[in-house]
Amino acid sequence: MLVDFFLHLKDRQLPVSTKEFLTLLEALQQGVIGHSLDDFYYLARSALVKDEAHFDKYDRAFAEYFKGIEALPGMDALIPEEWLRQTIKRHLTPEQQAKLEKLGWDKLMEEFQKRLAEQKGRHAGGSKWIGTGGSSPFGHGGTHPEGIRVGGKSENRSAVKVWEKREFQNLDEQVELGTRNIKVALRRLRHFAREGAAEELDLDGTIAGTARNAGWLDLKLRPERHNAVKVLLFLDIGGSMDDHVRICEELFSACRSEFKHLEHYYFHNCVYEWVWRDNRRRHDERIPTRELLHRYGSDYKLVFVGDASMSPYEILHPGGSVEHWNEEPGAVWLGRITETFPQAIWLNPEPEHAWQYRQSTALIRNLMGERMFPLTIDGLTRGMRRLGK
Amino acid sequence: MRFEGTDNYVATRDLTLAVNAAVTLQRPLLIKGEPGTGKTMLAEEVAAALDLPLFQWHIKSTTKAQQGLYEYDAVSRLRDSQLGDPKVEDIAHYIVKGVLWQAFECETPSVVLIDEVDKADIEFPNDLLRELDRMEFHVYETRQTVRARHRPLVFITSNNEKELPDAFLRRCFFHYIKFPDRETMTKIVGVHFPTLKKDLLREALEVFFELREVPGLKKKPSTSELLDWLKLLLAEDIPPEVLRAKDRKAAIPPLHGALLKNEQDVHLFERLIFMARQNR
Repeated sequence: MLVDFFLHLKDRQLPVSTKEFLTLLEALQQGVIGHSLDDFYYLARSALVKDEAHFDKYDRAFAEYFKGIEALPGMDALIPEEWLRQTIKRHLTPEQQAKLEKLGWDKLMEEFQKRLAEQKGRHAGGSKWIGTGGSSPFGHGGTHPEGIRVGGKSENRSAVKVWEKREFQNLDEQVELGTRNIKVALRRLRHFAREGAAEELDLDGTIAGTARNAGWLDLKLRPERHNAVKVLLFLDIGGSMDDHVRICEELFSACRSEFKHLEHYYFHNCVYEWVWRDNRRRHDERIPTRELLHRYGSDYKLVFVGDASMSPYEILHPGGSVEHWNEEPGAVWLGRITETFPQAIWLNPEPEHAWQYRQSTALIRNLMGERMFPLTIDGLTRGMRRLGK
Repeated sequence: MRFEGTDNYVATRDLTLAVNAAVTLQRPLLIKGEPGTGKTMLAEEVAAALDLPLFQWHIKSTTKAQQGLYEYDAVSRLRDSQLGDPKVEDIAHYIVKGVLWQAFECETPSVVLIDEVDKADIEFPNDLLRELDRMEFHVYETRQTVRARHRPLVFITSNNEKELPDAFLRRCFFHYIKFPDRETMTKIVGVHFPTLKKDLLREALEVFFELREVPGLKKKPSTSELLDWLKLLLAEDIPPEVLRAKDRKAAIPPLHGALLKNEQDVHLFERLIFMARQNR
């Protein structure tokens, strides 16, 4: 029973387990729900899917599996298949779509029943009768924004059904992130250590010490535990990065509160012999990159943030920089830095699938030893995991 | 036992279903959702609706799984031993019962709320696997095993700050409380302010949902903020016309401090309004 459904979910790469499936069957046996597909949708989701990030995937898998089976609530008449055959398709312009009047659900059902009673033959392409391809709210393959789907495949995704609304689409892990989400992802990079002043009562130590002391109280203190990870942040600024200012700001503020030892520096497009800390005074207060290599130990973890979009010359040739004459190419500097700080990643705010179309992105990625990650929750998580290794 | 929402808690169809599945199968129910959507309230309301005692366990970053079962108060015993108190002989005097122990001992079935489970250490849920599965645990100090008389109904809330381990998730039902749509929101408000004037409510909801649409807000106003705001509107006796300014985009809603809690958000919002005015 329902084994195919379970395997279908598994096939669509939802992390479902046998135990959860058995729980679902148990719930069905105990009669938690009646005979409604909507209820089954909710119950199965609650039993099988444990992360709202997977809800959208589940919605799609559910729709695939149950397409054509769903019954219309309150509909007694049988609608002949023939009407619904995919014959004509009228493609409306967005303006025309907008013009279509949005009816409420109740009114829609009422109208539907009324027209069902009126209608006698097959109908296609018009704007009132039930059939295929038109802009009437009834039938399928049409373009009315709030239509009822009668069998067939949903093409414009506007029939009002729970799993087809895809409300959880933006909870998918691929989407960009807010400060809070970033912090959560950054938290993967933790390295707890006890350092500094001994201020916390070490209960176990005290008990052991007292016992050893033949019962005389022997208080033991120890330093508090905190995140001892050290992070060096290099941010690309200006030019093509202007499109990504907001997300970089968020990343920066999240890093600020998450890491106690955080040092940040700015660069433009690619790192050369200078970086700077204050973008307004970038020409006055430049810091030689070489100095940084000596100042920070190799236990610092290095994070570059940049879109890696530039002319390949800026990476490969001396004097390629758009701002000044550089004696050594960016690639040399990048190599020097990653050699000093072996734990390094590059975060790229551009979407991952677009990387392959930019030569410079591929170059940098190569120089970083494939350690380039997109600036999404998923990418950040992967990056932090990589840094934590 | 079936839960259908209460007089002061509006439960959507999917939520009641998840609760009833958890009640029937006696499995824990994990609740996630935006802050302020009533995750913690749910356990309280279910306990009230089913007329069961509620045990609450609020998790902090320092909470250990053991504390929910019992704690051995070594410091008291140490002090007593230094003072020569005869109580010291029996270790049972120094075992402090935790929330789960209390619930296991309860004469009637009960509801246990484990609030904000994600605040604790990553290993926290793993340490509770067996306890929540079998509803029993062993007290090492007194060598006794505590078994639940009735399996309590366990609600666990999470704000998604940490991922929960798979083994833990497999044992739970899961529900994500999504942000209520306009219709549900009207119901929720109706439950809290039955006397609220209809047009004021309509105007207020318009303003509220529009505000949630503003791009770039750090913290979108949630249900609990809306309820607070309405309370203020009522207290100040603000007429609905004020909310329906001629050009709503260019007016700051009254008492917006109740809706926007973040300084940057207020700035952003005021700047947007300022820009809207300029473009007029």
